[in-house]
Amino acid sequence: MRAVITVIGHDAVGILAKVSTRCSEYNANVIEVTQSVLQDMFAMIMLVDISKINKPFAELADNMAELGDSLGLKIHTMHESVFNCMHHI
Amino acid sequence: MLNAYDILETIRMIQDECLDIRTITMGISLLDCIDSDIDVACEKVYEKITRCAKDLVSVANDISKEFGIPIINKRISVTPIAIVSAACKCSPVPFAHAMDRAAKAVGVDLIGGYSALVQKGFSAGDIELINSIPEALKTTDKVCSSVNVGSTKTGINLDACKIMGKIIKQCAEETVDSACFGAAKLVVFCNAVEDNPFMAGAFHGVGEPDVMINVGVSGPGVVRSALAKYPDADITEISDIIKKTSYKITRIGQLVGVTASERLGVPFGIVDLSLAPTPAVGDSVAHILEEIGLERCGTHGTTATLALLNDAVKKGGVMACSRIGGLSGAFIPVSEDAGMIDAAKSGCLTIEKLEAMTAVCSVGLDMIVVPGDTEPDTISAIIADEAAIGMVNTKTTAVRIIPAIGKDVGEELDWGGLFGCGPVMPLKKESSSKFINRGGQIPAPLHSLKN
Repeated sequence: MRAVITVIGHDAVGILAKVSTRCSEYNANVIEVTQSVLQDMFAMIMLVDISKINKPFAELADNMAELGDSLGLKIHTMHESVFNCMHHI
Repeated sequence: MLNAYDILETIRMIQDECLDIRTITMGISLLDCIDSDIDVACEKVYEKITRCAKDLVSVANDISKEFGIPIINKRISVTPIAIVSAACKCSPVPFAHAMDRAAKAVGVDLIGGYSALVQKGFSAGDIELINSIPEALKTTDKVCSSVNVGSTKTGINLDACKIMGKIIKQCAEETVDSACFGAAKLVVFCNAVEDNPFMAGAFHGVGEPDVMINVGVSGPGVVRSALAKYPDADITEISDIIKKTSYKITRIGQLVGVTASERLGVPFGIVDLSLAPTPAVGDSVAHILEEIGLERCGTHGTTATLALLNDAVKKGGVMACSRIGGLSGAFIPVSEDAGMIDAAKSGCLTIEKLEAMTAVCSVGLDMIVVPGDTEPDTISAIIADEAAIGMVNTKTTAVRIIPAIGKDVGEELDWGGLFGCGPVMPLKKESSSKFINRGGQIPAPLHSLKN
């Protein structure tokens, strides 16, 4: 089972570090990261393995959203299946 | 592999364009709750609903969290109560109370099925149920009611149309304190479907399995945003864009439905391929029509653009899910759609235009506020007109109009939330009483004889 974490907002020092630290707290393994900075807008998409997470996935999603709020960023954590079903036939 | 553009598109749809699952509706058969003792029957009804649906809300909330998709409503539909209550030979209002208590116990938003199917005549229990609708809706919070008065196969029961005119008026009068809300929980159908997940018309047909899960999707805002990116596309391209968008919206409905059905251990029924608006900004079907090129919804060209929209939504959605059902199409509830409200207030959108629109879209005259002094026979005639469109075109049509007691054109009723607010729309003043009072059955059209 994999999930996609997206982070969108103004660029700042340490965003990747903070998000991946939070992942490690939940035992979610980061598989792939793509990020780009356009002007000062930061967009990061992180693919994580959630098959061995130590707490419910919903809690991880909530916690990430809270982290986003505290950093002034939008963080969405969603099951990969949502994107697969919508964009693949 | 997923690409960044696709991921961001999905997030934008949910975040900015109001993509959501409008409802997960659990259909529950109450046929095994029938008993000649009404107290015993009501106890069985309460027990079965609370047993089958005890996890519905928590499972829906979990899925919503995990997939990041809002699931706006959790609902229950049950076997038409007229069938369940027939053996009791008394007023079926206690069933409405049992449904209401059960709905509150499991935490769902609405429960539908306080219904009767009288398209060809009244059988035991039907008249008692219909006459009890005003009291049932007044004394409950969550219960919704529907009556099927016609079908392509049977024709239209004009006696039932006549009674329903009175009942709708009575529902409004009994609930004046809550902005005549009783009438908003009652819908009169022609060609009612048995697996509809949408309220107020949901009921669980007798041909359905014991328990099942149906899903209704939504996303007018997503369609409008997709069209806004192609201001100069020709109308065939517009249709293609709507199809592609509808496919994506419906895939989410399929995913949520299958997941809910697995977790609840209940068979998955259908996805209702719908564009259901809400009064929220950016969630309007009228605005899609305006994006296609109308200055305001209701002007000339509205019927053609709505026909195109409705057709493209179905074509896109068909491939996206395993089984389609319910009402499937674009909804045009006036009070629940910001663009429709504006168009009605400006006088551009009239009831005559809405009637034409119902011939090419999903349902019928929906959430329309009419003057409080409207004669019951006039309401009956509106029902008969709408049922005729459904009967002849072999499609579902419905009437959910709300007489605004004590109010007239220029004023409005405001319910807030998903139900929105509606301006009082003018009706014809000339009487239809003689026609309605003839009674009898309008025969089925020739094309019903297909065997």
